[in-house]
Amino acid sequence: MTAPAAVVPEVTAVVPRRGVRWRPGLWAAGAFVALVLLASAFPGLLAPEAPDAADALRALQAPGGAHLFGTDANGRDVLSRVIHGARPSLLAGVGATALALVSGTLLGLLAALGGRAADEIVMRLMDVVLSLPSLLLALVVLTVTGPGPLPSVLAIALYTMPIYARLVRVQANVVRRSVYVEAAVSLGLRPSRVVLRHVLPNAFAPLVVLTTIEVGAAMVAASSLSYLGFGPKPPAPEWGAMLAAGQQYFAIAWWMAVFPGLAITATVLAITAVGRALQQRSEGRPA
Amino acid sequence: MAETAPPAVKAPVRSHRRPSRITGRAARRAAVRLATSLLVFWGALTASFFALQAIPGSTVDALLGNNDASMEVRQQIISDYGLDRPLHAQYLTYVGRALLGDLGRSYQLDQPVTGAIGAAIVPSLQLTAAGLALGLAVATALALATAHRRRAVRSISSGVELVGVSVPVFWAAILLLTLFSFRLGWFPAVGGDSVAALVLPAVAIAIPVTAVLTQVMREGLERALDEPFVLTARARGMTDAAVRLRHALRHALLPVVTLVGWLFGALLGGIVVTEKVFGRPGLGRLVVDAVVTKDLPVVLGVVICTAALYIVINIALDLFYPVIDPRLRGVS
Repeated sequence: MTAPAAVVPEVTAVVPRRGVRWRPGLWAAGAFVALVLLASAFPGLLAPEAPDAADALRALQAPGGAHLFGTDANGRDVLSRVIHGARPSLLAGVGATALALVSGTLLGLLAALGGRAADEIVMRLMDVVLSLPSLLLALVVLTVTGPGPLPSVLAIALYTMPIYARLVRVQANVVRRSVYVEAAVSLGLRPSRVVLRHVLPNAFAPLVVLTTIEVGAAMVAASSLSYLGFGPKPPAPEWGAMLAAGQQYFAIAWWMAVFPGLAITATVLAITAVGRALQQRSEGRPA
Repeated sequence: MAETAPPAVKAPVRSHRRPSRITGRAARRAAVRLATSLLVFWGALTASFFALQAIPGSTVDALLGNNDASMEVRQQIISDYGLDRPLHAQYLTYVGRALLGDLGRSYQLDQPVTGAIGAAIVPSLQLTAAGLALGLAVATALALATAHRRRAVRSISSGVELVGVSVPVFWAAILLLTLFSFRLGWFPAVGGDSVAALVLPAVAIAIPVTAVLTQVMREGLERALDEPFVLTARARGMTDAAVRLRHALRHALLPVVTLVGWLFGALLGGIVVTEKVFGRPGLGRLVVDAVVTKDLPVVLGVVICTAALYIVINIALDLFYPVIDPRLRGVS
């Protein structure tokens, strides 16, 4: 009986006590996330050229002048390709996280509310997935499905799903034993309504924070997979794939690999910084 | 409040009961860990079996490759591999063979999976060990240096840690290679099994590990430094460095042990991409090549081997735990 009581503060702490303290670093991170969002929504607006505008006469030009990030081996503008690369990277990160969130939430709810047998089966399955190295699991999925952006997203979602399932299960168990759910049940509400209107919204709040941070991790994972050659096919401007292509040239043209990598790092850094600030707020800890 | 010492009168009674309770708890934890590990192994085997069933195209076609074989040859392979038997019988054979160390034959390499893994595992283990040792050493030093220091020191340190967590390993590896091999020429760029060739890959996989470990260890150290026993040690005239090293550090190591599963996964993920960047032979390269050629038995073999390795590490850790935490040594 003491166990649920010990976890309760987590739920009550979700109520924001005070806003996020926006320090300069956090402002920069927020601004950068906004910039990446803008670039993925309207890449044409920011990019000076089309991502596939090749011109052999200006291949491998160093950064500066007309090409801020230089040009690649086919004479394409690296800056334009980096900007156009925001969309596939962000889509992969958000897509994998969303998929993991939805499936993990369903499994977590099933474990919490579906009785002891369902709980045991689901959670032991999640344990197995969590204990295996994540990148290897993703590679197993890709062997069966074949490479591509969509299989990569599926593969990442598969191994991140257990984190959400665990969190939702704990949250749902805490919320289920709360007084307001008891009240809803004794008022005679249908079980489906209790779950949808009362359990889910309250169990969901800490998930939002976790999700923000996980988007960054999923983006790194997706770019790793496309660096290994299992993501979008080469002409597509994807950061991981660009890096892999640039690697062959890095003795003579460092900019081809450095800028896409910088884009991944900066984006993930900014997302993680914002996510952690949200986390500190939701846990009521001083930043 | 819960941490305050019990009243002096009660102390003798408690000291009698406490060790047995703690060793009991340790034994139970070890048993639970072992059971979970075995479950993981069984789960990995079962999932592997079904993945082999689910791959598009039949096992026979995969084994034959592109050769147009006659019906007799096909039939021969089907009966050799027991593919005509019911699914549950195939499953039992598969699990039985795997337990005896037979993970099947590679579709592409013309050798047993175990042999391919055995050849690749040594360089990977060297790299992993080097990366882990480096990460632990740097994280310990950083945590000791920054715990409970001035605000500026800690915020710089946590900023660096945030960058370390966010940098993709393959990018860090490429930057290290560009800077230290191509520009400065300090380390060989590609391959080689000299110690010098191990340095840059080890640094690359150690970066995210160091960042996370530093955070965890510093939090542990700061918690330990607030404990009453630290005040006692200081009152005895111990220097700050001695307090940190002799009293607080042990407490900071305990939470690290719980991270082992994560560490294992992070290091393995790290070697997969680092081996590709540096063109090193190893498990990572084996598995990436196998994914490209759809050589599922090899990919699954690596997964099963890592699951087995994970179990061994967990057992070793349970034996090692009392070395870090003397409270667990107790009376048996």
